[in-house]
Amino acid sequence: MGDVLLKMEGIDKSFPGVHALDKAQFELRAGEVHTLVGENGAGKSTLMKILAGIYAKDAGTILYQGKEIDIPNPRAAQLLGISMIHQELNLMPHLTLAQNVFVGREPRGVLPFLLDEKKINAQTQALFDAMHLRLDPRTKAAQLTVAKQQMVEIAKAVSFNSQILIMDEPTAALTESEIEELFRIIRQFRERGVGIVYISHRLEELKQISDRITVMRDGRYVDTVDAATVSIDRIISMMVGRTIYESAPEVPEHPSEEIVLEVRGLNRGTAIRDVSFKLKKGEILGFAGLMGAGRTEVARAIFGADALDSGEIYVKGQKVDIKSPRDAVRHGIGYLSEDRKRYGLALGLDVEANIALASFDQFTNPVGIVKAENTRQTAEYYVGALAIKTPSIQQRVRNLSGGNQQKVVIGKWLTADTDVLIFDEPTRGIDVGAKSEIYRLLNDLAAQGKSIIMISSELPEILRMSHRIVVMCEGRITGELTAAEATQEGIMRLATQRSVMVATDNAAPTVNGTTAE
Amino acid sequence: MAVAESTVTTKRSVLQSSAAQKLLAFGALIVIFLVFTLLSPYFATAENIIGILLATAVNGVLALGVTFVIITAGIDLSVGTVMTLSAVMTGLTITVYGLPVPVGILVGILTGTSAGLINGLVISRMRIPPFIATLGMMMIARGLALVLSTLETGTVKPIYFNDTPEFRLITMSSVLDPIIKPIAPNFSVPNAVFIMFLAALVAAFILGKTVLGRYTVAMGSNEEATRLSGVNVANWKTAVYALGGVFSGLAGVMIASRLNSAQPALGAGYELDAIAAVVIGGTSLSGGEGTILGTIIGAFIISTLTNGLRIMNVPQEWQFVVTGLIVILAVYLDILRRRRS
Repeated sequence: MGDVLLKMEGIDKSFPGVHALDKAQFELRAGEVHTLVGENGAGKSTLMKILAGIYAKDAGTILYQGKEIDIPNPRAAQLLGISMIHQELNLMPHLTLAQNVFVGREPRGVLPFLLDEKKINAQTQALFDAMHLRLDPRTKAAQLTVAKQQMVEIAKAVSFNSQILIMDEPTAALTESEIEELFRIIRQFRERGVGIVYISHRLEELKQISDRITVMRDGRYVDTVDAATVSIDRIISMMVGRTIYESAPEVPEHPSEEIVLEVRGLNRGTAIRDVSFKLKKGEILGFAGLMGAGRTEVARAIFGADALDSGEIYVKGQKVDIKSPRDAVRHGIGYLSEDRKRYGLALGLDVEANIALASFDQFTNPVGIVKAENTRQTAEYYVGALAIKTPSIQQRVRNLSGGNQQKVVIGKWLTADTDVLIFDEPTRGIDVGAKSEIYRLLNDLAAQGKSIIMISSELPEILRMSHRIVVMCEGRITGELTAAEATQEGIMRLATQRSVMVATDNAAPTVNGTTAE
Repeated sequence: MAVAESTVTTKRSVLQSSAAQKLLAFGALIVIFLVFTLLSPYFATAENIIGILLATAVNGVLALGVTFVIITAGIDLSVGTVMTLSAVMTGLTITVYGLPVPVGILVGILTGTSAGLINGLVISRMRIPPFIATLGMMMIARGLALVLSTLETGTVKPIYFNDTPEFRLITMSSVLDPIIKPIAPNFSVPNAVFIMFLAALVAAFILGKTVLGRYTVAMGSNEEATRLSGVNVANWKTAVYALGGVFSGLAGVMIASRLNSAQPALGAGYELDAIAAVVIGGTSLSGGEGTILGTIIGAFIISTLTNGLRIMNVPQEWQFVVTGLIVILAVYLDILRRRRS
């Protein structure tokens, strides 16, 4: 490891409703792989986006090669030798690889406005050769697998002569052999003295690739440790070591044995592969997995938002045909999207209208005119029952905090009176205090006999709330755990259980007999 | 791996869709041509084919500019009336102010360019959606064209180029005659057609070989990624709309020359024909893909169809209906292909 290359101190950043970074700090040396870990929402990506010039910091200092610097935009970061490879890939699918690598700084031809395509291709080829990548610069980016696209992004970053390379969850979509290839390239750069920031959720990878590990939690710096000596358990306890969860009620009494919803053999392309499970009355069934594991896809498919290739859905033992969200609601299934601002709420409407939104049938007379008195009463009831903090039911939902917006969505589905509620990341973007309120609400609902599927990427949340936990990886269910036997590590192991054998498509291996029949 | 392979095929077919649409469009053009040839003896005559070529010229040039805009995932509704405004400006310069014809042409093209530039600035600096910004410009240009045409007489009147017969000859004479005449004596292709093909070559060159073309595609393919690559997206987008304006200005000069007059009330509706040509030609409204050749084929489909229906004595009202159906059909086929992939 070389000298200190970068020091970020006292970094503060707020977004409307969220204090994303609270005096965060980070140090990077030349020639090290420094991993940033933390739960979703811990502020890792935000901190690095500030370094890459995408967000402006509210406060704090950044020292780079001993000098304090200001990074107003991505271009400035590139010129300083700081490149970031984003979680969502940033290639232009319609351009060739070479065109992608050199976009924004193309070698010019005889006239300054002409492109020198030959040179672009030759330089990209040289770049690929240096990285031992067997790719044709003339291929269109859209034709590449995600893994290969990532390699191209790395090549692009390298071509800037980057001193700092930030990788945000680079392995999220890669197979084992692709990860090996990525690590090989990362080690190459480390040897050349490049400082690499590596953001990852895959704890088992950390020790393999990192020199040091910095843990963040709730926008704050927790600690930096030596990767060689620290144990995974220690990292996990630093990641989750919050106390506020303890005040949330424990798992409520056991659900009944009545099956409310059963799903058999759902398939949709590669996103959902042979998914089967059962949901009991009064149960909270946790769906765990890494981002992109297919949990949201399963929820959307059950809710009729996406079409299925095959599969059967049974509600209370009856086979049902769900072709649209409307069918799902009629069969008593509600879905609370992970992106509530986009799919869950009409932000410009008031609390009252949002609560009535999914069940206007109840509130209209035969001609279709809304019975205002009824919607008002219902809205007021749920504002009280769910303790929604709003000045009035006429308040626009846009102006509420994240936690209260989520409660409005819950109020909406309670009004629709569905028996099955699918919560997709119910506490995403909600501050810690409001989280425990949401938890209490979910527990109450289960106790009242509603059946809940809770998709969450936060392991402590899954562990604390669920009666049973289904774990998914790459579109398959890789295991099912009871609340008693589930541990973070157990879930993580299943969530990363990529199996190469599955490539043949038949009979996804299931653990603990989750496949129906 | 199964996952990997399917991603590859999915994306590949998306990419091929542009080429496929072009092929389809070309096939459709041939079919339309053959059908009308069978249905009417007056269709496949030299005179009528020249008529189709001439009718395509102005719309074709307008559509060239619109192609760039749509590849960036934008839209330009103002090209029709900006064309008219440019024609009126050319008319004023040449007839009212008595300046030389080349100056008039330059003023016309600069008028279009300025309008496009303003569109671009409003969109990229004021962050007004392209639909609204260019809708506003469409109305502004229409109003200005009418206002300017009253300067001379006090009432809205066409401006005629009767004192400068050479102006009309710019589009209506035929420089290609010495080449074509010996082969086909009856086939005199007006310059307007020649100008359109020349403009198309320039447009294809800009799209394929220059920095502007590259960023046009890049912005349409993934604007955020383009921005993160350090490209000044605001400036390049402005340039794209300005380029669209250049073609509108050129179309304005061409239509004034062809009609031997600047018609201030003309022009509304031309933007829709231009957009239709672009879309039929396989340019995706969601951006990132599109070709100049496709657009030219699209423009020919529209004018061939219109011409054929007229020859068949289909009333003009029904011609609109048919063109409308063709546009919807073309886009629907595109959507079907995407959905399949």
